[in-house]
Amino acid sequence: MNRRLVTGTALALTLGLTAACGGGGDAEEARGATGPIKIWLSNNPEEIAWGEQMVEAWNDANPDQEVTAQEIPAGKTSEEVIGAAITAGNAPCLVFNTSPAAVPQFQKQGGLVALDDFEDGAAYVEERSGDLATQYRSPDEKYYQIPWKQNPVMIFYNKALFEKAGIDAENPPLSTYDEFVATSKKLVDAGVSKAAIYPAPTSEFFQSWFDFYPLYAAESGGSQTIEDGTATFDDEAGTAVWDFWAQLYAEGLSPKEKYDGDSFADGVAAMSVVGPWAVKVYGESVDWGVVPVPTSQGTPAEETYTFSDAKNVALYSACDNQETAWEVLKFATSEEQDGQLLELTGQMPIRDDLTGTYPDYFEANPAYETFADQASRTVEVPNVPNSVEIWQEIRDNYSRSVIFGEAPVADSLTAAADKATELAGQE
Amino acid sequence: MLQKVFGRQPLGAVFAAPYAVFLVLVFAYPLGLAVWISFHDYFFAAPGAVVERPFVGLANYRTVLGDPDVRRSFVNVAIFLVINVPLTVGLSIVLATALNSVARLRTFLRVSYYVPYVTASVALVAVWLFLFSSGGLVNQVLGPLAPDPSWLVNAGLAMPVIAVFVTWKSLGFFILLYLAALQGVSGDLYDAASVDGASPVRRFWHVTVPGVRSATTLVVILATITGANLFTEPYLLTNGGGPDGASTSPVFVMYQKGIEQGNPDVASAIGVVLVLLVLTISLVNRKLLERD
Repeated sequence: MNRRLVTGTALALTLGLTAACGGGGDAEEARGATGPIKIWLSNNPEEIAWGEQMVEAWNDANPDQEVTAQEIPAGKTSEEVIGAAITAGNAPCLVFNTSPAAVPQFQKQGGLVALDDFEDGAAYVEERSGDLATQYRSPDEKYYQIPWKQNPVMIFYNKALFEKAGIDAENPPLSTYDEFVATSKKLVDAGVSKAAIYPAPTSEFFQSWFDFYPLYAAESGGSQTIEDGTATFDDEAGTAVWDFWAQLYAEGLSPKEKYDGDSFADGVAAMSVVGPWAVKVYGESVDWGVVPVPTSQGTPAEETYTFSDAKNVALYSACDNQETAWEVLKFATSEEQDGQLLELTGQMPIRDDLTGTYPDYFEANPAYETFADQASRTVEVPNVPNSVEIWQEIRDNYSRSVIFGEAPVADSLTAAADKATELAGQE
Repeated sequence: MLQKVFGRQPLGAVFAAPYAVFLVLVFAYPLGLAVWISFHDYFFAAPGAVVERPFVGLANYRTVLGDPDVRRSFVNVAIFLVINVPLTVGLSIVLATALNSVARLRTFLRVSYYVPYVTASVALVAVWLFLFSSGGLVNQVLGPLAPDPSWLVNAGLAMPVIAVFVTWKSLGFFILLYLAALQGVSGDLYDAASVDGASPVRRFWHVTVPGVRSATTLVVILATITGANLFTEPYLLTNGGGPDGASTSPVFVMYQKGIEQGNPDVASAIGVVLVLLVLTISLVNRKLLERD
C-alpha cells in the first residue's frame, strides 16, 4: 500500500507542479499593453505619503489605467522580497525602492525590463539625470533602472557636544584625517560622548557604503570600487581610508560593538554618517551641523565626492501592462513629482541641476542646500556581476583588518580587491 | 479500483495522506531539489526566462570545500555542538530529576523553564544583548574581571555565549522529554537502591541515567540537529556571525550565498554536506548511546 500511496502522491505532485509552472505572459504583448498595474513603495511614512499623492494624481487623470500601490512586503531586506517575487512570477510592475546593488542580480534572473526597449527610454533617463545617469547603465549598455533619488552621505555633528568639548562648533576641524582624529580624541577625552563617531561595525554587505565607500569616493576624487572590470581600491586612496578608520577603532574612538538604538540621537556618538533624511529625523532634537566626509589632505567641500545611497525604480518583467508602467514611471519622475518628493521626504531626486530646478524649495529650506550641492558629486555602487558578493568580500576583509585588527590592512585590502576583480569578471 | 490504488484499508490511507503530502511537499521535494541544484550551475530565474543550468558535477562542492569562510562555519558549529549538546543533556536530566521530586511549586518551575522555549528568539536576544554587551549587566557585575574585548565581540567567546544562550532557550523542551521518560522509571528500583544503601547521587547514576537512556538518545539527536541548523542567534546576537566570522554557522553562510548573493547552487552544496554530517553524527550518537 505504501508504494502505491507514494506513487499516487508523486503523480499528483508532478501534475500539480507542471500545472503551476505552466503559463507565463507573452513578453512582446505585455510591452505594448495598457491597463491597471501594481506598484510597491518603500515603507517609511514620508515615501508612502509621496506615493499616495502620486498614485491619486495619476488615477484621477487615467481612470482606465488604475495604479494600485502597496508597501513592499515585510522581509529581512527589500532585495530578498523582490528577488523572491521575481522567481515566483508575482513581482509588481514598478518598485520604487530598487537598490542599484541588486540590479545586476535581478537582471540575471530575467526579472527586469530594459527601459531602452521603449522608444524614448534611454533618452528620458539621460535627459533627466544628465551625466550621473551613466553610472546606472548595465554592462550591456542598457538601463534596467531609472536613477530616482539619492541620499548623498555626509557627516552630521552635534554642536552642543562639540562646544562642551571646547571645539569650534561653527567651523569644526573635520576636513583632514588628522583633524578628524584629533577632534574625535578631544570629544572622547572630554567625556562628552562615549564614541566620536559610531558606524555600524557589523558584517552586512551594505555597511561599507556608510564608512569605507563615501570616504573612498572623496579620497579618490570620484572613483568607483570597480572600473573597467578591475578593482580600483587597492591603491593609495583605499589604503588611506582603511588606515583612517582602523585608527579610529584602534584608539577606541569608534566602538567595535553594535549600538542598539540611534547613537547620535542618544548622545552616545558626537558625529554620524547620514544623508539628507537626517534633517527631518534630528532636526528638532539635536542642534546639528553638517560637513563633507574627510579626506587625507582636506579636499574643499565643493570638490568632495561621496556615496550616493540611491534608491531607484525598475520595471519588472512580470508586468502585464508595461506601456502603462512606463508612462507611470515617467509621471512619477516628472519635474512636478520630483518636487513633491523633495518637499515630502527631503530626499534628492537624481536630476540635472537640482538646485536650479527647485530654487524656491532650497531658499525656503536652506538646511537641505548643502546636501543638494553634494548631490551633484556622488558615486554609485558599480553595476557589475556578483555585486552583492563583491561587497560582502570587501566587508569581511574590512571587518577583519580595520574593525577587529586581526590582519594587516594592506593584506586584507589586496585580498578584497583580487577577489572583487575575479567576481566582477564572472557572469 | 480504489482498493487497487489504496490497498485493503483505504480509510487508513486517507488519514495518512495529509501528513504524507506535507512530508513530500515540505521535506522530500525540497531536499531532492536541493541535491539536484547542488550538481548544476543554478540560479533563481523569473518564470519564462530562458536560462541555462548546465550540469557541473562536483564543482559546487569543490567551491564549498575550498572556501575558508565555509570551512570556518563548520568549525564554529562544531564548537557550538561540543558545548551545547553535553550542556543540554546534563542540565535537562538533572533539572528534570529535581523537578520530578519537588512537591511544591512544581507547576511554577515547569512553566519557568518552558517560557524561554516558547518565547521568540528576537525578544530573548534583546535581553541577552542587555546582559552581555560591553556595558551590560554581566560586565558591570564582573567589573575588572570583564573580558576585553567584550563577550559578543570576542572571537574566543562569541560562539560559547551563543551555545549557552541556545542551551538556556531550549532547555524547557528537553526537560519535558526527560520528565516524560522519568515517569517510566519504576519507583521499586529507587526503593531497592535505597535499601542497598545507595546515596541520592548513586541512585541518580545507577537508576535514573540508565532508566532514561532512550530519552537521552532522542535529546542528543534532536539537540545535534537543531544545533547544526543554527541561524537566528549568529544573525541577531553577534550581528551576522561576528566578530570577523567567529560565530558564522553553515546555515548562515547558506543564507548569505543562496539568498543575498544569488548562488543557490553553492548554498545547496553546503546544505547537502551539512545534512550528511548531521546524519553521520546522529548515527554515531545512536550507536554509542544505545549499546548495552
